[in-house]
Amino acid sequence: MPLSLHSAVPSGPIDQKWTRHKMDSRLINPVNKRKYSVIVVGSGLAGGAAAATLSELGYRVKCFCYQDSPRRAHSIAAQGGINAAKNYQNDGDSVSRLFYDTMKGGDFRSREANVHRLAEVSLNIIDQCVAQGVPFAREYGGLLDNRSFGGTQVKRTFYARGQTGQQLLLGSYQALSKEISRGGVEMFSRTEMLDLVVVDGHAKGIIVRDMVSGKISAHAADAVVLATGGYGNVFYLSTNAKGCNVMAAYRAHKRGAAFANPCYTQIHPTCIPVSGDYQSKLTLMSESLRNDGRIWVPGSISIAEKIRCGDLRPGDVQEEDRDYYLERKYPSFGNLSPRDIASRSAKEVCDEGRGVAPTGLGVFLDFRDAIQRDGHDSISARYGNLFEMYEKIKGEDPYLTPMQIFPAVHYTMGGLWVDYNLMSNLPGLHVAGEANFSDHGANRLGASALMQGLADGYFVLPSTIANYLADQQPGAVTESHPEFKHCLEEVTGRVDTLLEIRGKRSVDSFHRELGLLIWDKCGMARSRDGLENALERIPEIRDEFWSNVRIPGSGEQLNQELEKAGRVADFLEFAELLCHDALDREESCGGHFRVEHQFTEDDAEVRDRRTQPGEAKRNDQEFCHVSAWEFAGVGTRPKLTREPLEFENVELTIRSYK
Amino acid sequence: MNLTLKVWRQETRDSKGRIEVFPAKDIPSEASFLEMLDIVNERIIAEGGAPIHFDHDCREGICGMCSLTINGIPHGPESATTACQLHMRHFRDGDTIWIEPFRARAFPVLRDLVVDRTAFDRIIEAGGFISVRTGAAPDANTTPVPKEEADRAFDSATCIGCGACVAACKNSSAMLFVSAKVSHLNNLPQGRPEKNRRALRMVQAMDEEGFGNCSNLYECEAVCPKSIPADNIARLNRDYALAAARNALT
Amino acid sequence: MNALACMIGSFWDSSIGKKILVALTGIALLLFLSGHLAGNLLLFMGKDAINEYALWLHELAHGAAIWVARIGVLTALIVHVHLTIQLSIRNKAIRPNYSHPGTVQASRSSRMMIWSGLTILAFVLYHISHFTLRIGNDYNGGTYQTSLPGHEDKVLNVYQMMIDGFSHPANALFYIIAMTLLCSHLSHGFASVFQTLGLRSAKNGALIKQIGRAYALLIWIGFLSIPGAILFFGYGRP
Repeated sequence: MPLSLHSAVPSGPIDQKWTRHKMDSRLINPVNKRKYSVIVVGSGLAGGAAAATLSELGYRVKCFCYQDSPRRAHSIAAQGGINAAKNYQNDGDSVSRLFYDTMKGGDFRSREANVHRLAEVSLNIIDQCVAQGVPFAREYGGLLDNRSFGGTQVKRTFYARGQTGQQLLLGSYQALSKEISRGGVEMFSRTEMLDLVVVDGHAKGIIVRDMVSGKISAHAADAVVLATGGYGNVFYLSTNAKGCNVMAAYRAHKRGAAFANPCYTQIHPTCIPVSGDYQSKLTLMSESLRNDGRIWVPGSISIAEKIRCGDLRPGDVQEEDRDYYLERKYPSFGNLSPRDIASRSAKEVCDEGRGVAPTGLGVFLDFRDAIQRDGHDSISARYGNLFEMYEKIKGEDPYLTPMQIFPAVHYTMGGLWVDYNLMSNLPGLHVAGEANFSDHGANRLGASALMQGLADGYFVLPSTIANYLADQQPGAVTESHPEFKHCLEEVTGRVDTLLEIRGKRSVDSFHRELGLLIWDKCGMARSRDGLENALERIPEIRDEFWSNVRIPGSGEQLNQELEKAGRVADFLEFAELLCHDALDREESCGGHFRVEHQFTEDDAEVRDRRTQPGEAKRNDQEFCHVSAWEFAGVGTRPKLTREPLEFENVELTIRSYK
Repeated sequence: MNLTLKVWRQETRDSKGRIEVFPAKDIPSEASFLEMLDIVNERIIAEGGAPIHFDHDCREGICGMCSLTINGIPHGPESATTACQLHMRHFRDGDTIWIEPFRARAFPVLRDLVVDRTAFDRIIEAGGFISVRTGAAPDANTTPVPKEEADRAFDSATCIGCGACVAACKNSSAMLFVSAKVSHLNNLPQGRPEKNRRALRMVQAMDEEGFGNCSNLYECEAVCPKSIPADNIARLNRDYALAAARNALT
Repeated sequence: MNALACMIGSFWDSSIGKKILVALTGIALLLFLSGHLAGNLLLFMGKDAINEYALWLHELAHGAAIWVARIGVLTALIVHVHLTIQLSIRNKAIRPNYSHPGTVQASRSSRMMIWSGLTILAFVLYHISHFTLRIGNDYNGGTYQTSLPGHEDKVLNVYQMMIDGFSHPANALFYIIAMTLLCSHLSHGFASVFQTLGLRSAKNGALIKQIGRAYALLIWIGFLSIPGAILFFGYGRP
């Protein structure tokens, strides 16, 4: 049966769609709501907010997270801020402008109606968070302060110093705690979802493992919400938390949910470089550093080599031997070029052998000139905490020695396909936050991830889920249904199989090998050859994994190697899906850059100076669509269905940074 | 560098634990403390042993998952630093390092260095929130909050809930954790209507969970990775006294 | 009255409440100490001054005042000791020990409060039996009755009791040890009162700590001056 992707976007003018949709949506009366149960997997901004709000509405909610507390979900690590079209600064911001900026930032690969709704709902999020006690930054007058962020010309970002994600997550965690104590939410921490249970085509429950006792059990509900984050850890090294994984989303995919646009992965240009093969994760340095720092590498390979060996101090490199490559290539935007361009340029100079970190994979972010110009104190006032963080990790003082930075995987725009109701093609399965593909297109703007997570969790999903539930008989499916028993057996069998391999290599060694391959072939710049090569290599690694992985201990105990093994096993399958999508998308857009598709001197757009050589070249004729992939068996090319994207309210233009 | 690790090993919650000795050879000084444990674990697995279990997640000092007591000090020797942000350059070649779990009866050990901190969640559930339903909020700028008040609330709100304060306290007191949350919310106009109830209920929950009282030693603020000061505890004491008095008198 | 009982009851049932009661009784004991020291220092004003003071204390409000004060101080002491022992036992029970313990900033005084407190308690019991109940000595005998100008009857010779009491090196040593531990106890206890009652803040914290230490030191010097003067400088001895 061919996959039918019905986006369920309501009719009418774009600015009235959401209002109309809410008006037309089904309602469930308060007495009946308590008969319905909903499973929420994940307790970050999207999951925590959804669980709390659904419970407030009267649904019975079960919420699951793998961490020891819902307060630790990785939303907590977001630094910069959250966008909202409040226009408190009176600088011409509006819902339409936020809508347009997000569409353009996403390189015109997202659904107009979803993005507009996001911009509308952004207003309510700030109100909600302030009422919850989120201590946003304020002006002396007592009103909320804003800062500006990349990709926009207005100040619309609300922030709580460099810990906005933490404060917002604590807000939703507290709302969740309130509902747990009221009895509306039953919380399962240290509990990992291992599979989705589909009954008669509808998602009706999940299989989980209690990570302390090892007990595998089934939970049934009238609907399932996945808010399980992104898949950045397929690259092994990323700015994601160590536990972030694709298992929940990928299990749903294997049970029939379509996975959309997996190739849209965001690489952040300013992270602290890898220092050795023991490295377990990458740390982001705020993008704001590029306002005053100048990015450079040595002009010649020989000087770069001397720096790498420590024979030459960066400060002693003469001005004429320095290549400020971003300023050279993009004179108008310079060091403030967009994320993808800055990242790719760093990769290019390092590929040429001019990288500076001991591994050769790093470039300088130098504050020498800024300190000379503005003085030590003013730089310290602006970036003091970031400089301290850098010094803590690298052990070098960035006031004296230039920082070393390198791009790292940061966010994934792709995710499970959802319609306007945030429901996947599997009825009953709803997906929120980074786990869905919905709002950011091919590239996400700064300070928009928090906005989307909370929009989905607080405002969109609790309202749209009724459209599904209203047609369901509450409690019709229970854990005693044969499908649950069947699924439970499958999952238990899989865990046993993993434990029985008793091979020689650790789980991490496979994860690292896969990550390096994907970073190399499907990272910042992708080519047909590279992707085809990766598609050959992945099954080989996967085969070795299933025959040679060593997982000490048993399944009936807290066993971190077993937890990791389950996740890596899914990354080993998911990686193929990622590469298939990257190979299929014969264009460059946003977080997906195919070396075959870039502007050259021969293009008219370059000649008439609308863009520059080396810029991403979209193909709006053939690829103005969402690529939704259906699982077709391990090692088999997944089946592609395209959801065309129609643009009625924005005009497709070249992303130009001249 | 080469180190000797003395690590607490305990199979399950109910089993008896013991210190085991592991060599940590050829550790790069740029590695973080947890990466050092990763390297040691890789070798343990290669030799067919059971790796050392420890909690960790974000590895950038914000999630509060890591919970190691290093040489008797929760999160180790560096101030204002979580174990995941502690780097090996702060140790010397040949050092012996003691690694134990966060110790408190209220934080039972689950395995090795992994402890159960759900008691903290239950304290928050008792009153560490503002009772506002989604969608019921007025415009964000309706109530101005003086910048100083907002900043103070933020300083208390930076708590990552790691439990180092409890682990460092000879009484296993959770006062710094509880007081940080009470200060955060009681400091804001939005949190004031529930101020008394919050203080009473959270303190009651704290006592019921089996945390000790505060002897004002301030080890908690010394090990707090977010440098939350013990002034918060004074504020909690005051809020509690006033709330209890009001409760008794009305 | 009912409300007060209710409040004390609710304080008695919670960890913070208990600490508040410990702090309040601590204040009472701190005040008592100052008064006691001031009275004791009259020793240096001569025999009549201190004996007159002792008589005044015993006769104030027809002898009722001293009993009110005694009952008050004793109640404060009992509550203070009872609660701190109760809290310490609980604290000990809920804290498993580290194989390799460490400390960052907690002062030695603060870590041995219960031990300094118990030693002081032992001393106080001895002290009461020695000077108040006068057990194991002949202070109640006629030798320690003396005349006081302006009074017809003989009065108790507190002056001589103190000189004789502290002429015993063992007595004086116990006193010196107890007072030193008291100083340690106060150096933490004084500042702790402010913290527990919620009166300490980032701004006044350092000042309170300094004042607490100064107070403890004054009490120490004040009390030690008496055995010091008697034992080492022969004050009042023939």
